Formats: sequence, C-alpha cells, structure tokens
Amino acid sequence: MVSKIKEELRLDHKIIGDMVDRGSTVLDVGCGAGDLLEYLVTNKDVKGSGVEISEDAIYSCVEKGLSVSHGDIDTGLKEYPDHMFDYVIFNQTMQQVQRPKEAILEALRIGKKVIIGFPNFCHAKARIQIFFGGHVPVTASLPYQWYDTPNLHFLSIRDFRSFCRAQRISIEKEIYLSDRGEVKFLPNVFALNAIMQIKK
Amino acid sequence: MKDDIKGYVTTKYFDLPEGEPFVLDSGVDLHGLRIAYETYGVLDEKKNNAVLICHALSMDAHAAGYHNGETKPGWWDDMIGPGKAFDTDHYFVICSNVIGGCKGSSGPSSINPKTGKPYALGFPIVTIRDMVNAQKRLIDFLGIKKLVTVCGGSMGGMQALQWAISYPDAVASCIPIATTHKHTAQNIAFDEVGRQAIMADPAWNGGDYYNGDHPSRGLAVARMVGHITYMSNHSMNEKFGRMLKKEKLGYEFTTEFEVEGYLRYRGDSFVKRFDANSYLYITKALDYFDLTQEGSLFDMFKKVKCRFLVIAFSSDWLYPPAESQEIVKALKMNGRDVTYCEISSDYGHDAFLVEFKEETKLVKHFVNRTFKDMEDKNGQ
Repeated sequence: MVSKIKEELRLDHKIIGDMVDRGSTVLDVGCGAGDLLEYLVTNKDVKGSGVEISEDAIYSCVEKGLSVSHGDIDTGLKEYPDHMFDYVIFNQTMQQVQRPKEAILEALRIGKKVIIGFPNFCHAKARIQIFFGGHVPVTASLPYQWYDTPNLHFLSIRDFRSFCRAQRISIEKEIYLSDRGEVKFLPNVFALNAIMQIKK
Repeated sequence: MKDDIKGYVTTKYFDLPEGEPFVLDSGVDLHGLRIAYETYGVLDEKKNNAVLICHALSMDAHAAGYHNGETKPGWWDDMIGPGKAFDTDHYFVICSNVIGGCKGSSGPSSINPKTGKPYALGFPIVTIRDMVNAQKRLIDFLGIKKLVTVCGGSMGGMQALQWAISYPDAVASCIPIATTHKHTAQNIAFDEVGRQAIMADPAWNGGDYYNGDHPSRGLAVARMVGHITYMSNHSMNEKFGRMLKKEKLGYEFTTEFEVEGYLRYRGDSFVKRFDANSYLYITKALDYFDLTQEGSLFDMFKKVKCRFLVIAFSSDWLYPPAESQEIVKALKMNGRDVTYCEISSDYGHDAFLVEFKEETKLVKHFVNRTFKDMEDKNGQ
C-alpha cells in the first residue's frame, strides 16, 4: 500500500513536502480533495487545514480526517489572524482567484511563508503555438481551451519574479518542473510549472 | 437500534438527588429536577466513547430505535445506529429531553412538589444554558468525564455551542448544525406570533388548563407558523405549488389549497404530542439565547478547546449559512480547529432532518477522527 502511494505521488507534492518543515502548521488554499494536505500530514507531521469551494471536495477532505473550510479563496483568507500558519500554500489555484495580488498579500499576512505553484504561460511549446500556430496555447500544464478554462490569469515565471520585486516580496526557494522532472536551464522557456516559496 | 433483550429502546429517568441545588440563570433553584434520557450502544470501560445528541424545539429524548409498540423510530434514527453517522457499534449515544419540555424532563406540565399540581406558569423560565447545565448533571451521573462530541441541529446546535463554552474540558468536539449564535429580531418575532396564538386561545386560561381543555387551536397555529419557517419557498412550491384539494375554487373559507391542508395537519398532529406551556417556555429560551451577551463571539470562543464541525444548509432562511459563517469566523480568529460545510439543499431549515446522507459523510469521519485523537492523547 505504501509503495503504491509513493508511486502515484505527484512530483509537485513531493517538492512542496520538501519545502515544508516537519511539524509546521499549513493552510492549503484551494485544497481540492485534500491529497496534498494528506501527504503533508502523513509525511511531514504538519497540522494542516484547507479552504475549498467545492462541496464534494469537502466531503473527500473530511473523509481523510482533514479540517477544511467551505468557502471562497477571495474572501476566505480574511478570517484568519496574522501569522497563524507557518505556511500558506496555493498549489495551482492562484491563477484561478479573482484578485491574485490581494490573495497573495493576505496569504503573506496570515502565513509566515507562502508556497505558490503555478503553470508557466511562456513555456517553449506555448511560445511556438502562439508564434507559428497563431492560437492560444494548450500545454500539459495549461490543458484547457480558451472557452472552458478555469484560469483567470496567465503569467510566466518572469512575470511572477517582477511582481515579487515590485511588492518587496523575497523569493526564498524556487523549483521549476517540466514533464520530465526538474528544470535548471532557462526555466521561463522550458518549465511547465513553477513552485516558489516567498516571504514578506 | 435495540438496547434490551426485547429489542426496544426505553426512556430512562435521572432525578437529581434530593437537597442538591440546581440554580437556573434566573436565580431560581429548581427543586426535584428530573431528566428523561435514552442511550444507544455500550459505554466502554473507560467511559471514553460517549456522544451527546441535543434535540430541537419539538423533539425529545427518543432520538433512535423503536419504543415497544411503535411503528415510527426516534427522530434522528437515520443518523444514530449500527454503522450510521453516530455508530452505536462504537459509540455510546445519549439524548435527553430538555428541561422546560414535556417529554419526561421537568417542565411546566410536571407536578410541583410543593402544591401537588402541575407547575403551569409557576415553572421558572429556563435558558439554553440551563438546559445544558441539566445535561451536564446527567453526564456526571453517568460517570462520563469527556464527551467525544456534542451535536445538535437548530436549538440542539445552540446547546452544542453552549456546551463547548460552558464545559470546555468536557467535550472533545462540537457539531452545531443549522443553527445560530443568537436569535435575531426576526426569529424572536416569529416565536412571539406563536406564543400570542397560544395565549389568545381562551382555553389557555393563563397557563392553568391541565384539568380541562388544552389550548389546542392556539398551539396548532403556533406550530403552523413555525412550520413555514422550517421550509423554503422552493420546497413549498415543489411540494404543493398552488394545488387544490378539490378540482376547482369553491369561493368559500374552507381548506382549499394543499398547503393549507398540510399546515393544518401538522398543527393538529402536533397538539396531540406537545404541551402548549412547554412551547412558550422553550421558545422563550430560544429568544433569550445570545452567546454575545457577555462579550463578542470572538471573546466567547477564547475559552473553547474542542474541534468543531459546523454545518449549514443553503436554503435555510431561519438560521441562514451566513450565521454559521459568523461562528466559523470567530473560531478561526481564535485559531481553533474548525471544519465548515454548507450543504446544498432545497429543504430549508428542515434539511438537518432530511439531508442525513450528506450529514453522515461529514459527521461519521469527523467523530472517528476526534475519537482517534482522544485515544492517541490518552495513550501518550
């Protein structure tokens, strides 16, 4: 059973797990069915909780023994006191919130550190599809057509870095991923996803 | 749900030992307090597996299983029993009738030992906190130091919240469902209409009616008003719409619409099982309920220690989800462990009795998790 779970483990979950200190407190924003939280509780002994909009996903989280709050990311973070969590995680959810800037700043208020995982819009394949194909890109990390995408915001790794500079947010850790694993060379071109740990 | 060799459940009674005071919020000492209760499942040797269910306005201690000769089970049988949300194969489930009620616990229809007659309006006003204090005496009598959870819907949810605040060390978790932390002006207004309907019935006779006709018309109207607040516009339209009992309009003041017939039926069946004075006392307790009387909700929750599962229903306009969210927010600001779910339902306030499948998905795992944490803690 354990080896099966390990096999199925998503690489991003493992990377986030490596970033998080053992025994810390974690809020997973847009936690879905709670897979990442469950991984962190099991492997890193975190005290975890989540915020999630889908009722069905709430049932899955509770079944896993997780504490989760049914609500909207854009308003749900205001309800927590300053620095309540060691980490606030947005894994593949930040591009779907109405106001990412406010959400990130709220996360930095309620969490000592924030971990953000997002798809890189400026991956080589996306660039080629726009330049030669003349259409909005559809890639492994951005698999949706324009008319049914849940993503409201599209950004590159470079965009996120300049946002952090402008907001005086420091980037403590950054890991870039392609479908073959970690990317070290020209991540803004070759990475499908970025995972960054930031702090204010 | 069976608890004895005959396969039926029975209501038990706990009388506070003579001479033991029970001082109410009003300052009155209620002599000879009696609490009617039922239990399902087996209390383990360490007395660690007890769960308390708190009932709503019109219910009683009979939450699950069948009484001898009954064809209908207790009011929350969908949730309590072997393999159910409150799994009686693992937990010892307790439900007691609230004081002020009319189903075996001390209330206005009980005999006043001083006069040998029913108390009627001589019964002291009770509050939600008084109800909880009475339940605590029962729990102490049963030798239980800490409940795995205290759970209830509507007025039961208020009792659950009051438990977490009044006895933070005696509860490991709290499940308030379809409830609020205080009665609003609208809630009080509806209750007052019900009370006035009872009091306007000549048979009420200042509450002194136990030797004659009961104020059944008044109580039935009170119940009809209450019932409207338990349903949603949508569920009423689905169930009745503008359907008529006959084929066409009769141009007369008879019960013509299906919804009228339903409400009358509800009212008439209620008077057979409920005491009008108890309706006055319990709605009064509801109206007095306000956790922010002595400070903000945030301050009140500073003292709580347990984990919470707060459940609301999307179409509940009596205690709407926004009121549960206030509770959740105040708990979160205190750093408490809280899970919140708004179950999508068209049944209005009544959903807490109807949507048991969804409630089970949440309650079962939450209770198991709480129990596991308790065991881990005790094992350390």
